[in-house]
Amino acid sequence: MIQLENITKVYPMGKRELTVLKGVNLNIKKGELVAIMGPSGSGKSTMLNLIGCLDKPTAGSYLLEDREVSRLSDSELAKIRGQKIGFIFQTFNLLSRLTALANVELGLTYAGGNDRKRAIEALAKVGLSERVNHRPIELSGGEQQRVSIARAIVKNPSLFLADEPTGQLDSHSGEEVISILTSLHAEHAITLVLVTHDMNIAKHCQRIIQLKDGEVIGEETL
Amino acid sequence: MKYWLSFLSTIWLGLITHKLRSFLTILGVVIGVASVITLMSIGRGSEAKILSNIQSLGSNLITVRPGASVSFGGIRGGFGGARTLTMEDADAIAQQVADVTAVSPSNTSNLQLVVGSQNTNSQVNGVNPEYLGINNLKIASGALFSDNEYQSGSKVAVLGSSVAETLFPNSDPIGQQMRMGTIIVRVIGVLESKGASFNSSDDAIFIPLTAMQQTVALPRTPQGGHVVSSITLTVADSSQTQSVIDAITSLLRNRHLLAASANNDFNIQSVQEIAATLSETMGTLTLLLGAIAAISLLVGGIGVMNIMLVSVLERTREIGIRKALGARQRDIWSQFLIEAALLTFAGGIIGVIVGWGVAYIVARTGFLPTLVTADIVIMAVSVSIGIGLFFGFYPAWNASRLNPIEALRSE
Repeated sequence: MIQLENITKVYPMGKRELTVLKGVNLNIKKGELVAIMGPSGSGKSTMLNLIGCLDKPTAGSYLLEDREVSRLSDSELAKIRGQKIGFIFQTFNLLSRLTALANVELGLTYAGGNDRKRAIEALAKVGLSERVNHRPIELSGGEQQRVSIARAIVKNPSLFLADEPTGQLDSHSGEEVISILTSLHAEHAITLVLVTHDMNIAKHCQRIIQLKDGEVIGEETL
Repeated sequence: MKYWLSFLSTIWLGLITHKLRSFLTILGVVIGVASVITLMSIGRGSEAKILSNIQSLGSNLITVRPGASVSFGGIRGGFGGARTLTMEDADAIAQQVADVTAVSPSNTSNLQLVVGSQNTNSQVNGVNPEYLGINNLKIASGALFSDNEYQSGSKVAVLGSSVAETLFPNSDPIGQQMRMGTIIVRVIGVLESKGASFNSSDDAIFIPLTAMQQTVALPRTPQGGHVVSSITLTVADSSQTQSVIDAITSLLRNRHLLAASANNDFNIQSVQEIAATLSETMGTLTLLLGAIAAISLLVGGIGVMNIMLVSVLERTREIGIRKALGARQRDIWSQFLIEAALLTFAGGIIGVIVGWGVAYIVARTGFLPTLVTADIVIMAVSVSIGIGLFFGFYPAWNASRLNPIEALRSE
């Protein structure tokens, strides 16, 4: 599913350059549930952005479903994001002026067109059938994150990426979100990569990848 | 289709969430379009009014006057004291030029008219019986002098409507006597009013040219021709105007024995030509008015750009979210571009309604004639859309170029 080979990412910082990833190699199989852990500044978010085709590596090769994507154009990457990748963010990133339903529909807008029925089904899957017409401000943090999960699953992507999905939630809501993610993984055999620094979250995963200073320093299969 | 529907609903939501701001943004465009519509409708209305006044003189009318033609900014001037045109010229035109339906020589003199205690100074035109038909003048009461009366030089007169009212305020003028200069004439007819226009027939009286020659000492040319002050004629169809003008020109040059190098000693004007010149002048004026109004449209456009830039800045995170969900650059800029174009289009529509209303009020108060034509409306609306596209382009392009990761991080 995901094959990273010798991935390097360098950000220009004025005259100096900041090397965030230093030759990362990583393989993730279809249907795997993987956690990426590491201290802040270790490059885990950058890695997730690269996997999510939001950014391109400076060097190295990235095969997504056996297709080399590291040299694609912006609009081809956008197409891959629209069709194959579902993002879940720490800060939910819902549009505040839209209802829960409209936010979920937005997930379909760039994946081939709106389908209200599918959006309602997706909200039902995360247990928010009663909250369809609420705006994000009227929802709790956990509910907002569930809306964003619905937005990600509505287009049936082959890859889910979650960046600190429980980072802004209390432990109870966090548990709820994680149980939704793990049950989605169990039921639909989705591929899920999540970034976290919370061991309690990571222990739900099948594999934990430790990152430090832009390098993979350890791997642990649970 | 589905894609576009959701696309438009996205944009619509964006606009109505900021109702007041959207309204203020388009206010500049509204005012610009409204002033374009109003000013151009005033220009068009005045143009139409003037043209219809001229057309009422008779669209197939051609006037020959003595004197060299002097070119003066496209409009020919040059009436004058030259005594080169004669009754015999008029007869020759009637007999020798094809497609001419009626010819009337005429002589004009200002004379005092007296009836009892009423008197007025008026333009007296010596004409032939065809003159009224040529000039679209109609008899309201009484009759025009007959061919016999013309041939015999009867002292009879047809009055313009205002002259009749001035001289005969309380009685029917038909059959009454009136002193004209030194002679007495009998009133046999009154003309319908033509309304106010320049050189109005309402203020003139018409007598047989033959009678005029007997009473007012009219000069003669060295060849013995009877000098007239103008010759008016009509052509069968206005499309023949130019060929008739050419034929008369060569005929008169022959008759006046002009050398090939000499200038014409007469000039010929057609109503068509005057109308075309005036129409062109008014068109330029209308365009000028429109251009002045267009400046406010431009200012409105800059306002739209300003707000769109703020809107892009404010929605940086939204742009990041959309990009993460798979929006391409094209999706982002078309969203902002269509948003801007929709805004200014709405402004254009409102502006048309407001401008139309103002034009209606202006015309209704009788201040100025106005005419809202389809081309002005179409132009104003398309220009307003164009302004949205033009001034929305830069903000939209800015938005589409945002880096998704940075956009997502922004607050």
